[in-house]
Amino acid sequence: MQFKDYYQIMGISRDASQEEIKRTYRKLARKYHPDVSKEADAEERFKEINEAYEVLQNKERRAAYDRLASGRRAGESFQPPPDWHFEFHGDIPEEAAHGVFSDFFETLFGDAMRERAGQHRSVWNRPMPGQDRRLRLQIDLELAYRGGTQTVTLSTPEIDGQGRIAHKDRTLNIKIPCGVREGQHICLPRLGSPGLHGGPAGDLYLEIRFKPHPWFHAEGRDVYLDLPVTPWEAALGTVVTVKTPGDARLELRIPPGSQTGRKLRLKGKGLPGDPPGDLYAKLRVVAPPADNERARSLYQQLAQAIPFNPRASMEI
Amino acid sequence: MPDNAIVVTQELVLDEQLRYSLVEVCDYCRIGRDDIMEMIEEGIAEPEGSSWEDWRFSARALKRLQLALRLQRDLRVNAAGAALALDLLEELEQLRRHAQDTRHLS
Repeated sequence: MQFKDYYQIMGISRDASQEEIKRTYRKLARKYHPDVSKEADAEERFKEINEAYEVLQNKERRAAYDRLASGRRAGESFQPPPDWHFEFHGDIPEEAAHGVFSDFFETLFGDAMRERAGQHRSVWNRPMPGQDRRLRLQIDLELAYRGGTQTVTLSTPEIDGQGRIAHKDRTLNIKIPCGVREGQHICLPRLGSPGLHGGPAGDLYLEIRFKPHPWFHAEGRDVYLDLPVTPWEAALGTVVTVKTPGDARLELRIPPGSQTGRKLRLKGKGLPGDPPGDLYAKLRVVAPPADNERARSLYQQLAQAIPFNPRASMEI
Repeated sequence: MPDNAIVVTQELVLDEQLRYSLVEVCDYCRIGRDDIMEMIEEGIAEPEGSSWEDWRFSARALKRLQLALRLQRDLRVNAAGAALALDLLEELEQLRRHAQDTRHLS
């Protein structure tokens, strides 16, 4: 097990005041809240911050942790000292009981929490449902077109007969239905945090996101294709072959006189469904480089033959 | 099969076409009717139907209610604050998409 430096996690010094800890926590919670944050590791960070705060905001826990932490550094191998004993007073953090926190937290405070729960037969001993968990699941757009299985490994808390919590990596094979869209949630009942004292486990929600693709992006059911064309293809019109994310080859007619930004619709070739979405090819005119004498001379001929001022509307 | 593998078969896509009753929404959100009512008053969700007995909630409404609850629990905002945050988050999401789209073209 690795030692966790809760001060470093919150970015504060070891002599920070309780006020400062609280203020920093509020700020970090807003920054890394998984529903608000755009950081990729927001969920992990949010959990870490909550765990650090749970220890540092309570004077007893903080003092016990401080004694332990002196001389230790984050990431170093850690075993609790044989004389480690912590008595719990006050409220028991709900997240801790549900195994949301790390095994490090559990080792330090888990037994004490259970002892306290044993002394006070309270709300704590009633069956309690586990919390729901939410994760973003990035899948390939191609997978949404054909449907299939996506494998995900996630660390799940498990509670043994003594009520001890340990995290285990679980591999889930998740069925991705054909035509799934970004932002849709897949609900996996009972795969959230475990319940307590016989309470049911929470649910796991997976929010679908598509991995960034170099030339496709989806908006709802519709899919956009960034399609480069040459100036002469755009000007004269042509037929090009495009491939959908579902690997179907289609002939696309580019009308003469097209420009960058023109959207050409391929009806029903977006994400499958009832009704299916459309596929839009968005043209982007790309000029070949003038990197040799012949190309330069042809560009010059073109400039002379077709006088053209694209900035005419700017009156320049 | 390794012992840590679970094959998931029991899954449910929260599709836009599905509609949920007030009882189902309470169940999904694990809160009571009054808390849902308060969030509806703040405009966090707009159920279809004239009276609460025949309210029907869309998947989007359900998602917004759940998100608002998490914001209230984790960031200590009230229902009105959560409603504001939700609207701003949606706008931000649209702007990010738009920015991504424009980057695509340049």
